[in-house]
Amino acid sequence: MKKNMKQLLGVTVALGLGLVATSAMAADKIKIGVSIPAATHGWAGGLNWHAQEAEKDLEKAYPDLDFIIVTAKNPTEQANDLEDLVSVQNIDALVILPFESDPLTIPVQQVKEAGKFITVVDRGLSQPGIEDVYVAGNNSALGAQAGEYLKKRLDGKGKIVVLRGLPTTVDDERVEAFNASIKGSDIEVLDMKYANWNRDDGYEVMQDFLSRFPKIDAVWAQDDDIALGVIEAIKQADRTDEMFVIGGGGMKDIIKRVKDGDKLTPIDVLYPPAMIATAMGITALKFETKAAVEGRYILGATTVTPENADKFYFPDSPY
Amino acid sequence: MSRREHKTMSAETGKRAAITIDFKAIGPFVALVVLFILGTAINEAFLSSGNLSNIFTRSSFIGIIAVGATFVITAGGIDLSVGSMAAFIAGAMIVVMNGLVQTLGTGIETVLIGIVVSILLGIGAGAVNGLVSTRGKIEAFIVTLGTMGLYRSLVTYMADGGTLSLDFAIRGTYRPVYYGDVFGIPMPVLVFLGVAIAGYVLLNMTPFGRKCFAIGSNEQVALYSAINVDRIKTLTYIIQGLCVSIATIIYVPRLGSASSSTGVLWELEAIAAVIIGGTMLKGGYGRIWGTVVGALMLTTIGNILNLTDAISNYLNGAVQGLIIIVAVFLQRGDWRRKKN
Repeated sequence: MKKNMKQLLGVTVALGLGLVATSAMAADKIKIGVSIPAATHGWAGGLNWHAQEAEKDLEKAYPDLDFIIVTAKNPTEQANDLEDLVSVQNIDALVILPFESDPLTIPVQQVKEAGKFITVVDRGLSQPGIEDVYVAGNNSALGAQAGEYLKKRLDGKGKIVVLRGLPTTVDDERVEAFNASIKGSDIEVLDMKYANWNRDDGYEVMQDFLSRFPKIDAVWAQDDDIALGVIEAIKQADRTDEMFVIGGGGMKDIIKRVKDGDKLTPIDVLYPPAMIATAMGITALKFETKAAVEGRYILGATTVTPENADKFYFPDSPY
Repeated sequence: MSRREHKTMSAETGKRAAITIDFKAIGPFVALVVLFILGTAINEAFLSSGNLSNIFTRSSFIGIIAVGATFVITAGGIDLSVGSMAAFIAGAMIVVMNGLVQTLGTGIETVLIGIVVSILLGIGAGAVNGLVSTRGKIEAFIVTLGTMGLYRSLVTYMADGGTLSLDFAIRGTYRPVYYGDVFGIPMPVLVFLGVAIAGYVLLNMTPFGRKCFAIGSNEQVALYSAINVDRIKTLTYIIQGLCVSIATIIYVPRLGSASSSTGVLWELEAIAAVIIGGTMLKGGYGRIWGTVVGALMLTTIGNILNLTDAISNYLNGAVQGLIIIVAVFLQRGDWRRKKN
């Protein structure tokens, strides 16, 4: 019994020393927590890949930085992650792509109150003034550019169908801007249905649009996963010459088609998951240089055409 | 319909029992016909051959999986892992076939090896679910909840969180398995039909099927009747795995890809199809044709909602839920007897 106690004591002391040692080592490093949604769909997969790539690149460039990437499957899990990052990891800065704006506003505010530097990506928080840096893609521009292209390509006249994502603010912003851009033209939206940012759903919804409408001039899928399902449905119905499809996001399969001059996908509008890398880079600059970084960064929703597709084609990315 | 009621019904003789059973059996068909009438009323395009072919083809994934689920549920079990199992098998098939392009080319051999891999994985995954729940004496709900997370993670890992895409050249070879047809009947529908007939024979005309009923009704009694309960239950999970693998074989050529969002909630749809078809969730009684109709009904509801803009998109789920509940209520049968 006594011996056991001694052993136990020894183990405890060793563990304690170990802890002290690691925290002493870590104290030399600046810790940046990165909290993002788990790779549950194509775009989020790209996000995870770019976050890991950026971690490798930035830690190599700045050896005194330590990025800690955590992924969450829902807002509750993400809020828990934030608590762990602050209390266990003792981070100096947080880069977060919130799952949803409302439920994460308070948790991020608490991290801010603990004196950390905050960078918010893509989905803004519900209250202003919490974040130091805001980096986002431009959902409205994504919708508007697709709308502008459609107007030009169809000479302001035609019948189109729209496949939406999930009922969220991201989707609403895209669709509102799209509607605004085609307002006043003779472009008729036959119907809009949710396809849940999912390939299979895109395929099935498009099949039903095809049996319902004898004449469709164009499809706005607003997402590349949906677009891929739509393309298969159009091919199956043998109506490839009748219409074209506009996706969104910048998935490599679609960029490749645009690059190859596929008539079915004349363009794509970017909504790059690499924006997480931008945010991590800006946050790194805050600690490594004297640059002024606080502020809002809105990335352009670049239209990808066969001419510039080469620049946006990343064959190694999972997205 | 409780187990007790079912027993008294079979014990009953005379026309009352006959009428009740009859109505129960045709209930799902009646509900399907009503749905078809509703669909036609909403949009004429519903009855076009193209749309009908879409409905039947689409039903085949869930339908084939649900035929397997009928066995599991009849024998008193449950399998929650089928959706992620389908995603995992699809991912593994794509990885294997892409890997074989270098050595075997893009011909039929590569596709055949992919199919064999799928079947082996399906049987293996089913055996794991079955053996762990029977030999390991862990509730099937927990075992399959665990494997559900396991397979979902594996496919996410294989795809780096992104999407696994089948080599384009193989897609050309493999494509007819989904897009082809025989005498105008799409391949997936033929496969679905074949699986349903095989399932019907196995469940209703063999000792194995009777043992499934017996175990689902009362496991203890089945055990005392010298039925090897563990073996039969494990076999039902293997049949389920095999069905998932068959469904995956016809799923992969459709879009040629698998990702972490493949097959999400298929388990729920499969179980729903089984129950809508009149199989009892607590086991002891199963009906394959009911399951087939249940799968068709689920697909048809989704299809009808896509064919109209009369209902707000936000309410799709509500309408779906209501139709399912009403359909099952209509075929319950005993609401009629109260009047007698």
